[in-house]
Amino acid sequence: MATESELKIAATLADGRLQEAIYTATARLASHRRAVVATDVLPDLEELRTQANLVKNHTLENLDHYLEQFEANATARGARVVWARDGAAVVEFLAGLVSEKNARLIVKSKSMTTEEIDLNERLAERGTEPVETDLGEFIIQLAHERPYHIVAPALHKTRYDVADLFTARLGVEREIEIEKQTKIARRVLREKFLAADIGVSGANFLVADSGTVVLVENEGNIRLTTTAPKVHVAIAGIEKLVPRAQDLAVFLRLLGRSGTGQPLTVYTSFLSGPRRESEIDGPDELYIVLLDNGRTRLLADREKRQSLYCIRCGACLNHCPVYRKIGGHNYPWVYSGPIGAVITPQYLGVTHQPWLPFASSLCSACAEVCPVKIDLPKLLLDLRAEVNQAQARQGRNRLERLAFKMWAWLMRHPRLYEMAGLMMPVVLSGGHGWIARLPGPLNVGPARAWLSQRDLPPAPARSFRRIWRARQEARGN
Amino acid sequence: MGDSALRRRPGGLIGLERAVEFKFMPRASLFVTCIVDQLFPDIGVALVEVLERIGWEVDFPADQTCCGQPAFNTGYRDEARGVARHFLKVFRDAEYIVVPSGSCAAMIARRYSELFEHEPEWLEEARRLEPRVWEFSKFLLEVARVEDVGARLEKVVTFHDSCHGLRELGIKEGPRRLLGRVRGLELREMDISEECCGFGGTFAVKFPEISGGMVRTKLDSILRTGAGAVVGIDASCLMQIRGALSRAGAPIETMHLAQVLARR
Repeated sequence: MATESELKIAATLADGRLQEAIYTATARLASHRRAVVATDVLPDLEELRTQANLVKNHTLENLDHYLEQFEANATARGARVVWARDGAAVVEFLAGLVSEKNARLIVKSKSMTTEEIDLNERLAERGTEPVETDLGEFIIQLAHERPYHIVAPALHKTRYDVADLFTARLGVEREIEIEKQTKIARRVLREKFLAADIGVSGANFLVADSGTVVLVENEGNIRLTTTAPKVHVAIAGIEKLVPRAQDLAVFLRLLGRSGTGQPLTVYTSFLSGPRRESEIDGPDELYIVLLDNGRTRLLADREKRQSLYCIRCGACLNHCPVYRKIGGHNYPWVYSGPIGAVITPQYLGVTHQPWLPFASSLCSACAEVCPVKIDLPKLLLDLRAEVNQAQARQGRNRLERLAFKMWAWLMRHPRLYEMAGLMMPVVLSGGHGWIARLPGPLNVGPARAWLSQRDLPPAPARSFRRIWRARQEARGN
Repeated sequence: MGDSALRRRPGGLIGLERAVEFKFMPRASLFVTCIVDQLFPDIGVALVEVLERIGWEVDFPADQTCCGQPAFNTGYRDEARGVARHFLKVFRDAEYIVVPSGSCAAMIARRYSELFEHEPEWLEEARRLEPRVWEFSKFLLEVARVEDVGARLEKVVTFHDSCHGLRELGIKEGPRRLLGRVRGLELREMDISEECCGFGGTFAVKFPEISGGMVRTKLDSILRTGAGAVVGIDASCLMQIRGALSRAGAPIETMHLAQVLARR
């Protein structure tokens, strides 16, 4: 009885080309990271990670203060700050802006926060779907998919996939060279930039002491999105705050290195207010939308609050052996990989997809690379306990709960544990070789699941404790 | 056992200096782990062989069962606490607790204090026990301070870094140093020795296809080395790897580090 998620996962695992694409792309990002965090090029990596962790902790502990400080400073520089409780509030605001400005075209840069609130779909329903200008997002939008990866949204698409997609959707000739594909996208997008009335972006950091929005990118499309149209709207989760400009010295060094293996991204934009009279570039109006969308609820949990430290670098995905098998679309929400498995249950509820925190071997590779030191394995473990408690209240998963109760009881009674162990050679009697299959009645539950992939060891004639006792007796002890 | 504990440590392999330092024959209490006890007792036997060879008296607290990790990792905290309390009682008086597993050692030394954060008495017991828990290779190098245990094995092997040993206990070079002193042995590194084998406890049976995919990736890397055996410090990872090797029909053995060091 496979669930829908299980079937989807099985399909991903069975797709050899997709498996290859995911594995190579993540391996490449991981190896780029390794090269730029090596001890000889970045000897203070650990200090930076600790500092980043402490700054995020401090900021979230004092979030009310820094939010108000940011609002005051951003307003003083001419930006307008909009507070949004949820996605609906953002859509209302933007739809209002569209009709106020009589806007016909919105260009948009890559932003996970806007993915989180399904901004494109919801604005499309209101008649103005933003055009994605990041190459990966542009591809994904043409394919009507959601991002596969936090920093590489089209990671699963080969250049052949992209060639087919461009031909089908843009009516261009089939082009399999990446450079030429980029040129096609650029040609299409340039027109959009010039015609757009509103540019929508996310934000990588919000600096409280100056009211600055910081954005990092490699393609230059964010620069165009935020400066070419007359109106720029930056949408940011409230956890994006850092107290001071000098804190960026820590975060900017970590973000590019962790995400794509770049010491610094190609472009880093610091946007403080709209265009001033003496300036040539920049929008006439800048709106900064501060989005809650459940973040204050996460903030209330002292332990799990650390999941708000995330700077969306994607390093945990690239190093996660589970993500590298199941890819980004098998996670139930827009955030994938270890960070997705940790924040999704917190935003959508632990019983929404109860399997999610369990889909990890707890190898800790994610925690090892997280630039802000989120203890992801611990949070997964805490969430597992929460899922079980919730399921116990709902009366679900009874069999497993009972099995663990009995198991724990047995483990507290060594004599009975030993007697139960005597059954082992009866169940696993494979002679000397490893066991490929068990007789029907025994081939159930966990044994069947194990045997679906690998063999089982034959049970030894005697347990260690019996061998030990025999030895002690022989020695006269 | 009384008078043997007063016996001088043999000096042969470890040098006179060390023998003088330990006037009394030190005792190591084995926690063999439930998986070794029930499925791989040969690993326990090898462990005893190595420890006795380097002059340690070994004892096996008879009431030991499991550290509680299967329940803890599956989100059953109450059940895990019950088993952990049992462990703490059984090993209360042990001076050195030697564990042939990075994962179980990490569970005890790192997670017990989380498990008992709201139970001050048990928390104190757990904290008191933490520094006495030693994963086998760490014990050899940092407590017994022996690198050469006099082993010989003519074999090309590759070493699998178990996740919890590597990332929670920082075990990386230690086992390689020990293997480096085994006569006749050649270590050939995998290109992805640090990548998880996909075992993950109940993960292996809750998500068999993902777990199977992970171990097959590991297998490819093992096969590329041309080694005749995979060595590790955790019986559970080795069970996963060996089970997959066996399924793939690859004639490659798996050996626990203790089993390698016991050979001569």
